[in-house]
Amino acid sequence: MPTLTLKNHFPVLDQKIHGHPLVYLDSGASAQKPRAVLEAMTRFYEMDYANIHRGVHDLSMRATDKYDAARETVRRFINAAHDDEIIFTSSATDSLNLVAASWGHANLKQGDEVVLTQLEHHANIVPWQLLREQIGFSLRVVPIQANGDVLLNDVRQAINEKTKIVSIAHVSNALGTILPVEEIITYAHSKGVPVLLDGSQAISHMPVDVQKLDADFYVFSGHKLYGPTGIGVLYGKREILKGMPPYRGGGDMIASVSFEKTTFQEPPMRFEAGTPPIAQAVGLAAAIDYVCAIGMDKIAAHEDALLTYATQKIGAIEGVRLIGTAPRKAGILSFVMDCAHPHDIGTILDRHGIAIRAGHHCAQPAMEALSLVATARASLGLYNDESDIDALASGLLHVREIFG
Amino acid sequence: MSDTDDDLRDLYQDMILDHSKHPRNFHVIDPAHCQAVGHNPLCGDKLVLFLTVGEDGRIADAAFQGTGCAISVASASMMTDMLKGKTALEAKRLWAYFEALCKSNAAESAHLDEDDVARLQALAGVRHYPVRVKCATLAWRTLESALDPSAIKQVGTE
Repeated sequence: MPTLTLKNHFPVLDQKIHGHPLVYLDSGASAQKPRAVLEAMTRFYEMDYANIHRGVHDLSMRATDKYDAARETVRRFINAAHDDEIIFTSSATDSLNLVAASWGHANLKQGDEVVLTQLEHHANIVPWQLLREQIGFSLRVVPIQANGDVLLNDVRQAINEKTKIVSIAHVSNALGTILPVEEIITYAHSKGVPVLLDGSQAISHMPVDVQKLDADFYVFSGHKLYGPTGIGVLYGKREILKGMPPYRGGGDMIASVSFEKTTFQEPPMRFEAGTPPIAQAVGLAAAIDYVCAIGMDKIAAHEDALLTYATQKIGAIEGVRLIGTAPRKAGILSFVMDCAHPHDIGTILDRHGIAIRAGHHCAQPAMEALSLVATARASLGLYNDESDIDALASGLLHVREIFG
Repeated sequence: MSDTDDDLRDLYQDMILDHSKHPRNFHVIDPAHCQAVGHNPLCGDKLVLFLTVGEDGRIADAAFQGTGCAISVASASMMTDMLKGKTALEAKRLWAYFEALCKSNAAESAHLDEDDVARLQALAGVRHYPVRVKCATLAWRTLESALDPSAIKQVGTE
């Protein structure tokens, strides 16, 4: 059974929407922030804020220390070997664009192939397409099963001597499928192919150990991990990052500049041009401290139990069809109803104070593969409990009443 | 629950539910004199609008195809019903009225057909659901494009 009761740590959850207590089931789009994160950021702005790596003054040194400490917190959280393997970006999208633009430019040429799956978020499709227009390599797309699963064998078949990188989701944001990433990485490495994991939808739901996974790149955002918006993380193996050219030019990423020649810093600084998201890094570190104090294992167990409960309860409602029923799933319950379009479901639930997402979830190829335009998606956070699922179920009965 | 139900019944009135479940003019016209595609990138909804124009310059037939929520389908269904027999100018006046109605119930309805006004007013309950206004107006924006010979016949609601 789900065991955690943490709603009171999240000030925003304590309100009514259209006269009903807020039921927040849209953490897959963005998670709410615990008081600990809000207070850490406010305290930082009130006490320690200045630009980093620039001043000899006390505030700048304190801000620099906090920013560097945040990098160490992230390193520890995903068990990276070195803190220079952690690059702060502005978002997971930015992290993916960084890899495509920098690593892709240096390593891809005409005739090469990049392997993706059909369930990727647009953020792991479009940066590769933009680069493809410049270079002319191909995208090879691994199909998904009708239940939303990705089979190891299909990935193996997609990898050949032209494959230069496999860039795939750890967990599908639209369907909740957990991909067999350990096996995929082992196989890809046996063929000498590096693997990028888009962990945006995994990082808040399960312990992630990048060394154990042996991922070459791992990306995620702060805001889906109960931290602030405006910050993302790119993990990359040290030797790979060292070989990558700069992504953006600016201050802080250079060793020396003259109009004749500019030399660049080593990673991570090479990839952090300009003033970085300093307070956001502090907020992200506070979010990581928060989830670690609860325990990622406990969070995973709580959410798994709740997803099982939700799958049974919502799946049993007449006229509801669950979309994405892979054997291994995390945090996401996507569904359609025979009587109502997802947008209408979303509007009716909203009037009950229930926040879900309706649409294609920035994964149009996945929707198309399943012959759908849109789904309704309830996504779980550590603060959700059975009462939220019960409210969702009763809201869906009202949808049936109106449209049935 | 009852307040919530009343609220929602204001949006999902019987006429709208009827049009969404049994859309009128839901077919292809081939050949059509005017054709345009409208889509809502937020949700992936898409509709194709077909018009034929008679020798008197009035819209002789109007039909649509596509997928969408109850609001966008009902709106397209009601719109294609209303368009038949209208001139392009009359159609544009109706759209101007409906566009204003989606922002304020004080929209000016002089010189418009009473039945048309009543139907558009039913749909204008969407005013209280700001993110859904684009669903209700998708068909009309597509019409605007279909009637403009110079426009690229592809419209979005973003």
